[in-house]
Amino acid sequence: MEKQRNHPSPLKFWLWFNPIGRQAGGWAYILHRITALGLTFYLYLHLIVLGLLAKGPDGYDQFLVLAHSPLFVFGELLVVAAGILHGLNGMRIALTTLGVSVTRQKQLFFGLMAIAAIAILVFGIRMFTV
Amino acid sequence: MSPAKWNIILKIHRQKQGEAPHFEEFPMQVDPDEYVLDAVERVWAFMDRSLCFRHACHHSTCGACGMRVNDVEKLTCITPIREVTRDGATLKVEPLRNFPVVSDLAVDMGTFYSRMETVGARAVLPVSEAEIENPPTTWDADESQYIRLADCIECGLCISACPAAATSTEYLGPAVLAGAQDQGLKRNLKLLELVDSEDGLWRCHSAFECTAVCPSFVDPARRIMDLRMQVIEERFKRLFRKP
Ligand code: SF4
Repeated sequence: MEKQRNHPSPLKFWLWFNPIGRQAGGWAYILHRITALGLTFYLYLHLIVLGLLAKGPDGYDQFLVLAHSPLFVFGELLVVAAGILHGLNGMRIALTTLGVSVTRQKQLFFGLMAIAAIAILVFGIRMFTV
Repeated sequence: MSPAKWNIILKIHRQKQGEAPHFEEFPMQVDPDEYVLDAVERVWAFMDRSLCFRHACHHSTCGACGMRVNDVEKLTCITPIREVTRDGATLKVEPLRNFPVVSDLAVDMGTFYSRMETVGARAVLPVSEAEIENPPTTWDADESQYIRLADCIECGLCISACPAAATSTEYLGPAVLAGAQDQGLKRNLKLLELVDSEDGLWRCHSAFECTAVCPSFVDPARRIMDLRMQVIEERFKRLFRKP
């Protein structure tokens, strides 16, 4: 019985997100998982919202009012941010798998995250001002 | 003059058969340049003879004394107390993760060892084949220039640190995949099916935690990436090979 306590188990998936004692690659791993879950959640939300549109012109107009609310725009920015972070981090994984920058994966991660931060900032400014 | 002593509290994970895991605290005075294993041994020697932990060589060769020290995997025989805590603070010591706990700090590494055998991981590499940390520029370097070869000491720190290993009992894990890479598909093509599988090298999600904690310059993450290239190359070749 006791043996099971420290044993790997799919039920221990929450350990993926435990940041204690992690280094850069571990942080990248956590970020990749969180953004993946966020994007999957968004996909379902998107389908539900599309379903509302099928309710006719009134439903569409109501949706447009909602879509312009700051909270909704912020939600969209989160989706964009998740897409950028997940995509760039995915590039890190693909590059290192192909043997590129394996011994410099930390620098690669920080470099890509700097690009992500700039991109998210640009998107944020545009989405809230244009 | 003897170095100033530190007062620390050693907080040790305890768990015997039938018990729920818990921590026990042992206040003690230490020389900060002693190693974490020395402090654990002091508890066993002078405070509680029932404390169970693994150790043998005391010089990072046997790989037995791997533990989690303040939440990070360490080979305790070469981890100075000074590097992981400070005077007046608590030093937490736990068993490695992802291995069943046998008692207190000792874990069962049987499955891991047999997987190392399955991939034919070599305990010691011939010098001609071994990678060398900080290689000297000339081979007739003077004897003061110590070097360390990339030998896996089977300490299991990398398996404990790997987040992918936390959710699968079947995942081969970093050290085993590094052992397979050292063999190489050219030397042992039978490894292909084993490593190119759901529980093989594609379960690695590039957290690089294994390399961060490895005390023996094995760099498992780099080897996993290299093994992936070997697998891709082999699969690609097979596409064009006549049946
Ligand atoms: S690869 Fe490194 S961390 Fe993993 S078992 Fe071997 S020596 Fe230990």
